Amino acid sequence: MASTCSPSSLPVTPLTPDQLEQGSSLWRDAWHRLAKNKIAVFGGATLIVLTIACIFGPLISSYSYEDQNLNLGASGPSLSHWLGTDTLGRDLLVRLLVGGRISIGVGLCATIVALTIGVIYGAVAGFFGGKTDAVMMRIVDIMYALPFTIFVILLMVFFGRNIVLLFVAIGAVEWLTMARIVRGQIMSIKKMEFIEAARSLGLGKRRIIFRHMIPNVLGPIIVYTTLTIPAVMLLEAFLSFLGLGVQPPLSSWGVLIKDGAEKMEEFWWLLVFPGSIFSLTLFSLNFLGDGLRDALDVQSSKD
Amino acid sequence: MFRFIARRLLQTIPVLWFIVTATFFMIRFVPGGPFTAEKAVTPEILRNLEAHYGLNKPLYQQYFDYMSNLVLRGDLGPSFKYASRTVNEIIADKLPVSIELGAISLGVALFFGLILGIIAAVKRNSIFDYMASSVAMIGICVPTFVLGPLLVLFFAIHLGWFNASGWYSNLDRILPSATLGMVYAAYVARLTRGGMLEVLNQDYIRTARAKGASEIRVIFKHALRGGILPVVSFLGPAIAGILTGSFVIEMIFQIPGLGREFVNSAFNRDYTLVLGTVILYASLIVMLNLIVDVAQVWLNPKLKFE
Repeated sequence: MASTCSPSSLPVTPLTPDQLEQGSSLWRDAWHRLAKNKIAVFGGATLIVLTIACIFGPLISSYSYEDQNLNLGASGPSLSHWLGTDTLGRDLLVRLLVGGRISIGVGLCATIVALTIGVIYGAVAGFFGGKTDAVMMRIVDIMYALPFTIFVILLMVFFGRNIVLLFVAIGAVEWLTMARIVRGQIMSIKKMEFIEAARSLGLGKRRIIFRHMIPNVLGPIIVYTTLTIPAVMLLEAFLSFLGLGVQPPLSSWGVLIKDGAEKMEEFWWLLVFPGSIFSLTLFSLNFLGDGLRDALDVQSSKD
Repeated sequence: MFRFIARRLLQTIPVLWFIVTATFFMIRFVPGGPFTAEKAVTPEILRNLEAHYGLNKPLYQQYFDYMSNLVLRGDLGPSFKYASRTVNEIIADKLPVSIELGAISLGVALFFGLILGIIAAVKRNSIFDYMASSVAMIGICVPTFVLGPLLVLFFAIHLGWFNASGWYSNLDRILPSATLGMVYAAYVARLTRGGMLEVLNQDYIRTARAKGASEIRVIFKHALRGGILPVVSFLGPAIAGILTGSFVIEMIFQIPGLGREFVNSAFNRDYTLVLGTVILYASLIVMLNLIVDVAQVWLNPKLKFE
C-alpha cells in the first residue's frame, strides 16, 4: 500500500505550459489580465501619479495654497504659475493639489464607511437567507427608491458643514449596491463544500462569515469599491458645488470648480483646469474598476 | 396586474409616512429657527410670529396638525419666508419648470443613448462602436457641473448662439437639458449596448434572420424589446438622478424651478417649504419607480406580476 503512494512510483512527466497556468493563483491570473488592459493600466498609473502629486506637490512648491498676491491678481498660465492664479493671486496648481487631498480623502473615507456597512449587511442577509434575507433586502429595495441626495443636502444644511459628517452621510447613502452584490456572492458560495466543512468543524457563524466567506468574495468587493470611489467623489463635488461641501480656506475640487464656473467669463483657466483634473480622476477610477471587473470576474470576461 | 399595482401602492404608504416623519423631526431638532436670521425681531414679535405659525404648541401637537392638514386636505402649510404665500402655491408655481426640464432631459438621454447603444452593438468593434463608447465615456466622466459651465463658456459666451442663463424662449431649453441629459445618455448607451449584445446572440434572433426578416426589422422588432430591459430597470435611478441633478442645473442656468427653490429654502430654514418639497420629491420618485416596475414586467414575459 505504502509503496504505491511513494513519489518514485508515479510517472514523471514535465508539466506543459497549460498545466502551469492552471496552477497559478486566481490573483496572479487576474494581475496578468489587468496588465494587458491598457486603459486600466493607464487609469491606475494616473491615479498613483495624482495621489503622489497631491501628497508631496504642495510640500515642494514655492507657493502655499493660501498665499495671496493681490498685485498679480488673476493671471493665465505662465512659467512661474503653470496653471495660472486665481483672482486673489493664489497659485492654481498648488490649490488644485491641496484640493485633491480633500477630494481623494473624502472619497476614500466615505467609501470605507459604505464598504463596511454594505459588506456586513450583505453578508448577514446572504448567510442567514430565508425570512431574514427577505426582510433585509426588501429594506434595501425601499431605500433604493428614496431621494437620498435630498437627505444629505438637508443634513449638511442643518448640522453644519462638518467634514466627518460629510463622509459619514455620503457613505451611508452609497452602501446599497455593495450590500446587494455581497449578498448574491455569499448566497452562491453558501452551499459549497468548504463552508460545509467549516460548519461541521463546529465553527461559529461569525467566524464562518468573516474568516471563510468574505475572503472568498473579495474579488467583487474590490471591483465595486473601485467603482464606489468615483460615485462618492462625484457626490462630494456636487455638494461642494451647491456650497454645502468643505468650508474655506480648505477647498476640494468641487469648490474650485464652483469658483471657476463663477469667474469663467474672464478667467477660463479657473474652470478648465479643475474640471479636467476632476474628470481625469473619475475617468481613471471608472476604467480601473472596469478593468478589475474583467480581470477578476470570470463571468463578464467571457463577453 | 391590478393586484400587483394595488399592493405596491399600499407598500408606499409606510415609506412616505416614514419620510415625512423623519424629515419633520429632523428639521425641528436643528439649532436655529426660521426667524433667527432677522435681527430686528423683538421677543414680542418673535412670540407673535411663533404663535401665528403654531410653533409655540408642543411638538407632537404641531406634528399632528401638520399630518392631518396634509392627509385630509393635501395642505402643506404657509411658507415661513415668503409671507402670505402657501407652500402649495410655491410648488404649483415652480414645479412645472422643473418637470419640463426633467422631461426634456430624459428625452435627450433616451434618444441619444438608445441610438448610440444600438449602433455600438450592431456594428460591434467597428469605428462606430468606439465612437459611441468614447461619447458615452465623456458623459460618464464629465459631471454636469463641469459640462454645464463649459457648454455655456463655448456656445453662449464664445459663439453667442444661446443665452448664458434664463428660461424664456425655447432656445433657452437646449443647453440645460443637453447638460442634464448627456450623463444619462451615456449610461443608457452603455446599458443598451450590453443588453443588445446579449439578445443578438439568442436563438430567436437567428430564427428571425433565417425567416428572411430584414436586418432593420430584426433589430427594432425582435431584438430591441429584450435589449432595452436593462435600460428600463435603470430608468428608476435615472429619474431620481435627473430630479436631484436639476438642483445644480437650475443654479448654473438660473432657471426658476423647484430644485433651486429647494436648495434656497434649505439655506433659509424655511421649514414648511423644505418639508413640502421633500414630500413631493419622495412621492414623485416612489411613484415613478412603481411605473418603471410595471413597465419592466410588461416588457419581459419571463417576469410575472407577483
